Amino acid sequence: MTTALGSALRIEGLHKSFGRLEVLRGIDLDVAEHEVVCLIGASGSGKSTLLRCINLLEPIDAGRIEVAGRDITARGVAVDRIRRGIGIVFQSFNLFPHLRVLDNITLAPRKVLGTPRADAEDAGRSLLRRFGLEEKSLDYPDRLSGGQQQRVAIVRALAMQPDLLLLDEITSALDPELVAEVLDVVRELATGGMTMVIATHEMGFARDVADRVCFLDGGRILEQGPPAQLLTEPSEARTRQFLQRVIAAGRL
Amino acid sequence: MIGSGPADSGAIPPVAIGRRSRILPAPEDRRGIVIAIVSTVVVFSVLGYAIVSSDGWPRVQQSFFDPETFDESLPRVTAAFWVNVQLFLLAEVLVLVLGLVLAVLRSLPGAALAPIRLLATAYVDLFRALPGILVVSMLGFGIPALDIEGVPNDEFFWALVALTLLYSAYVSEVYRAGIDSVHPSQAAAARSLGLSQLQAMRFVVLPQAVRRVVPPLLNDFIGLQKDTALVSVLGVVEVFRAAQIRQAATFNNTPYVITAVIFILLTIPMARLVDWLVRREQRRASAVAR
Repeated sequence: MTTALGSALRIEGLHKSFGRLEVLRGIDLDVAEHEVVCLIGASGSGKSTLLRCINLLEPIDAGRIEVAGRDITARGVAVDRIRRGIGIVFQSFNLFPHLRVLDNITLAPRKVLGTPRADAEDAGRSLLRRFGLEEKSLDYPDRLSGGQQQRVAIVRALAMQPDLLLLDEITSALDPELVAEVLDVVRELATGGMTMVIATHEMGFARDVADRVCFLDGGRILEQGPPAQLLTEPSEARTRQFLQRVIAAGRL
Repeated sequence: MIGSGPADSGAIPPVAIGRRSRILPAPEDRRGIVIAIVSTVVVFSVLGYAIVSSDGWPRVQQSFFDPETFDESLPRVTAAFWVNVQLFLLAEVLVLVLGLVLAVLRSLPGAALAPIRLLATAYVDLFRALPGILVVSMLGFGIPALDIEGVPNDEFFWALVALTLLYSAYVSEVYRAGIDSVHPSQAAAARSLGLSQLQAMRFVVLPQAVRRVVPPLLNDFIGLQKDTALVSVLGVVEVFRAAQIRQAATFNNTPYVITAVIFILLTIPMARLVDWLVRREQRRASAVAR
């Protein structure tokens, strides 16, 4: 496929348990630079946990994760430094409610990278302009619609200029009519060559935007392939079952 | 809100509870309010009459409400209150800082910090367990008695230390409740952007936490301001001690009444402020959850 490009993310034998519940049971996944990978699967299949492990928000039990060729799960690794290069956007936006939109975006560049406020704000404003949010820059998050909040959350992640962006069911908490504006942003990022791993329930979106779709089931990647193949003629029975239920629910 | 009578409610039936004025009662409530006022006046009149017509009243009146003693004592007692003001203002600043440090220490995760968490917890447990007057007495009499070189033996200093230690324990619990009330996803979002543990605490968690705990914090300050009277046991001539001195000189209890009035005048406006802040916070919360 895209073997000519460097590896953005390599996961080997990743295991993760919460207490006695084993959520990830040996995940192997390679993501090339500029590749967009969609993770699909039922709730509880481990999609969100996988993304949180990649961003080191959850400690892993076994296996290793390499980002841009560096083992980020090695002992004594500088966690904060690694997170700078990996952006994550959450289902529930998680904007900082006490900060205006522009301050939400510039907080990390200013405090983590030491960017002077004026420079950080210029960069923040031009990102907001790019995603049609410029006039919201001085509003507090609770003044924004869900779709606008989620776009701000994406901009906030982009402000750190990450090499890898993780999107964790970013449209699941949105009213249906607000989903499109958020997915359009992701499409634009994909066109721009951003490397992304996306957990999603939007199969139509996965078909459009993904280079590859992975079906997670019971903490393993059961099947993966180009969206045209995996979403229409999957080889595994469980994948077919899952997709049939999704079609029955009217989401494809 | 005020004056939202039937005129501007138009076709809406008059049961729109949310639009009702807080000051002007709705017509159907007026009867209840009249009953409440009348019964209150009756109860207090009877009570007042019973007290004033009791056999001991002339003696009590002479002993607690003597105009002459009032005029004599007022300047000295009021002047001594300045000591209380200095004491609680200084203590409040120190308590805000020390309480915050304790709360943050207790909120830090990680096995390596377990001894620090344990120490902070022990501190809070200890000072919440001890009666204030004991802490004041033990520190104020005990430490100067050690006679260590360079350690001050000024009563005011140790009174300040005792009140600070005591109230930092309470206030740290208030801060900690505030920190715990900020959803973990906020810290996760901050950490995911590369902020360190302390940066996430400083720029994301604490600003939200502190805003939420201002009312309970002020409540503790009301307690602290009243407890400045405890340091009289060390011989600091603050308002209560000054009243005691006047009482001993005049054999009249009017100075105590003066002291009571001073504390009431200080505390009631603060209690009203706390109520107002609580209501404002509730309005904000419901505005966000809308």
